[in-house]
Amino acid sequence: MNLGAVQRILGLMLMMFSLTMLPPAGVALGYGDGNWQPFLVAFVIVAAIGALLWLPVRSARADLRLRDGFLVIAVFWIFLGLAGATPLLIGDVPDLSLTDAVFEAVSGFTTTGATVIVGLDGLPKSVLYYRQQIQWLGGMSIIILAVALMPMLGIGGMSLVKADTPGPIKDQRLTPRITQSARALWAVYVLLTVLCAGGYWLAGMDAFDAIGHAFSTISTGGYSPYDASLGHFGSVWIDVVATVFMFAGGVSFALHFSVMRRQDLRLYARDTEFLAYFWLIAAIIAFSSAYLWLAGEFPALIVSLRHTAFHVVSVHTGTGYTTTGFAHWPGAMPALLMLLTFIGGCAGSTTGGMKVIRWLLVFRQGVAELKRLVHPSAEIPVKLAGRAVPERVIIGVAGFFAMYLVVFAVLMLLMMMLGLDQVTAWSAIASAMNNVGPGLGEVAVTFRDIPDGAKWISAIAMIAGRVEIFTILLLLTPAFWQR
Amino acid sequence: MKIIILGAGQVGSTAAQQLAGEQANDVTVVDTRDEVLRDLQDRLDIRTVSGNAAHPSTLLAAGSKGADLLVALTSSDEVNMIACQIAWTLFRTPTKIARIRSGDYYGRPELFGEHSIPVDLAISPEQLVTEYVERLIRYPGALQVLEFAEGRVLLVGMRALKGGKLVGHQLLALRSHIPNTEVRVAAIYRGGRSILPEGDTTIEEHDEVFFVAAREDMRLVMKEFSTEEASVRRVVIAGAGNIGLRLAQALEDRLQVKLIERNPETARRAAERLRNTLVLTGNAADEELLLEENIDDADAFVAVTNAEEANILSAMLAKKLGARRVMALINKPSYAELMERGPIDIAISPQSVTIGAILEHVRRGDVVRVHSLRRGAAEAMEAIVHADGRRSPVAGKRIEQINLPEGTAIGAIVRGSEVIMAHHDTVIEAEDHVILFLTDRRHVEDVGRLFQAGTPA
Repeated sequence: MNLGAVQRILGLMLMMFSLTMLPPAGVALGYGDGNWQPFLVAFVIVAAIGALLWLPVRSARADLRLRDGFLVIAVFWIFLGLAGATPLLIGDVPDLSLTDAVFEAVSGFTTTGATVIVGLDGLPKSVLYYRQQIQWLGGMSIIILAVALMPMLGIGGMSLVKADTPGPIKDQRLTPRITQSARALWAVYVLLTVLCAGGYWLAGMDAFDAIGHAFSTISTGGYSPYDASLGHFGSVWIDVVATVFMFAGGVSFALHFSVMRRQDLRLYARDTEFLAYFWLIAAIIAFSSAYLWLAGEFPALIVSLRHTAFHVVSVHTGTGYTTTGFAHWPGAMPALLMLLTFIGGCAGSTTGGMKVIRWLLVFRQGVAELKRLVHPSAEIPVKLAGRAVPERVIIGVAGFFAMYLVVFAVLMLLMMMLGLDQVTAWSAIASAMNNVGPGLGEVAVTFRDIPDGAKWISAIAMIAGRVEIFTILLLLTPAFWQR
Repeated sequence: MKIIILGAGQVGSTAAQQLAGEQANDVTVVDTRDEVLRDLQDRLDIRTVSGNAAHPSTLLAAGSKGADLLVALTSSDEVNMIACQIAWTLFRTPTKIARIRSGDYYGRPELFGEHSIPVDLAISPEQLVTEYVERLIRYPGALQVLEFAEGRVLLVGMRALKGGKLVGHQLLALRSHIPNTEVRVAAIYRGGRSILPEGDTTIEEHDEVFFVAAREDMRLVMKEFSTEEASVRRVVIAGAGNIGLRLAQALEDRLQVKLIERNPETARRAAERLRNTLVLTGNAADEELLLEENIDDADAFVAVTNAEEANILSAMLAKKLGARRVMALINKPSYAELMERGPIDIAISPQSVTIGAILEHVRRGDVVRVHSLRRGAAEAMEAIVHADGRRSPVAGKRIEQINLPEGTAIGAIVRGSEVIMAHHDTVIEAEDHVILFLTDRRHVEDVGRLFQAGTPA
């Protein structure tokens, strides 16, 4: 463990993060909403804390090892929650308690998108912009951004990216240098954001709404400057743009990058995980829209298709935008959608959940076990894109599933002990851990009305889900701290 | 520079480490062993690709399109040659270096060229190591002998030993010891760390001192400072593999050479090919055998078998039994470091010897020779001063005016056929070959920049 180097990087990243307080201050001045002060104060406070962390160890040059990388990631996500809450706490509007401010910031950075604020429409533009920006920074991860912008991290950057990349297989590199890889990912992210904003603008949003929503669409976050979320617009085209770009946000950005570099759309069709993601969503949309139409929820099949496609993609990718809402849908639909969140998007995307690739591997492993029952001495490797997946990866995935379920169960029981009913408790934790946003029952629209303790548990679930639980669990194991 | 390294063995991973250490390089390493690649990628900022190095699809995945340099270092000569061929035919990779071990290929340079097998540089680590050891034997007392400017300038590392004339003197006094020769101290290492050599620096026992001098002066310089007898007459070599055999061939006409080989079959074949060498079948770590062959009379014992642990043990034993100087071929840098401070006089590291040849092709055109020193921590290089009529940070300046990075010293200058030892007031001219010693190779890029034409001062 190299605490000096860890502290130095945390300090540097906090100082870098403090700069993100300036754009909302600019928005405040630009729109004249008079709310620039909290952001400037927060800028000074966060920058000062970063500097205080960094100054005593500024010459700690030792490289970060992978173990240090995990520590940095876990601590930094917690720091982000607290630092990101500062301007919300300082400002008079919205009038948030400490719990609510931290919840809102954590929910933003982890791209969960669950909110405790009701009455968004009346808030200053700067606060609304700030919430959207938080989601955008959290989507492709501000840590990857730090690696892209701070080449002095060197080998340490590798540990950070490795510890912060979701998914079971992390050895693929886009480019030989980690800084370049990080820049490539962010370039793709920015490009998609611009395209998405352009789409929204063409579909009829004004510039502020288009950019703000693009921020939370590509990041699959789900914050919106309106209480009614995208339902505020009631526009087919906006729903379509949102659906397309939420889907894109759930695809591996490394894959997006390869497609752009080689200018070959067929690369999508050759990617096993993408195909599974695509067909899974298509099948569920087809089934649900037919089901909801037959059940009489929507008057026509095409209307049903519009709303189910939007909600299935929104929930599956963990974005959490709503138009009509889905908690009141008949039969198994609400539960089906909440279960989908456990799958999430592809590894290397901005979504939460356990990722398509893991489900794919576990499913194929299950099929292989069945075959082995019939042919006990057969050699049946689990294959991905024509290559056998190393046993270690499969075992790792199985371990991940087990831990995920344990953490989920423990947190859900804690929520119930705080007095939440079963539906609310399980959907709130599912929604938080999978970084979705809306749940069912009391948390179908907002998390405002659950007890403070439940909010803290949700916030922990969000961070645990965002860093794929192992990073947080690692900090709790004695072996991690032993030299 | 975009570099693809094929093969993540000892030489391959050392090359990757050194090349990726320079910010300007993008390194991709290809190997068939996933485990090795994963370990390497955990340590270094590189990309790794798993697959057969000679397959076009692997080369494509490794980014051969747009690569500047391909270094084929797999264990198979054939794979290396085919990979170069494919990289050239399909991707037009401009520079291709291949490791060629077999003397059968290596001995026929006409095989390599644009219209035959497109290898720009064939390197044979065995050959390089053989030459390296041969130089060490020719200059007794030297830890390291490196050549510059076609061998006209030598850089020699020596250990200051008790009773030697070096110890306890200031560098200024050097000149009075050997009045008619010019020599310069380029670097001094004390306890593993470099100290800046200045006129009033006093040399202490166990210091490692690097001298630069013209070839004809070096023998005199070394005789002056060495405690050892002037010449080597009896050499014992352990291991009749590629290196051992070549070494014996190179030395047998001048010196008395004994070659010990464990495998009777190999020993018999070696005996067939050698004329004046006594080939012995047996274990080089066998005390009886060594004593019987008068190891206590040997001037040099060189252990170059394939097993580095065996090399270390037999060299230690030979030293204990009275061999004057013992050398062992050691691949692992950590072992080499450990041994050189203790029982073994010289640890021969094949990858350090080889890496220089690769580095020469990576550096910008103005660097013609590179030697990696101290397991990659330091570097000695020969660079050409180009002026091109533009301003150069070097040409036309006195050495004291040049803004050299810390720990960098100019040792000598070769102007035409003349070798000039560097003094603070020596003026450097365009087209000079400058020999530099960098105690910290992290400054390599800064130094390289100095020698690029047209860089503002």
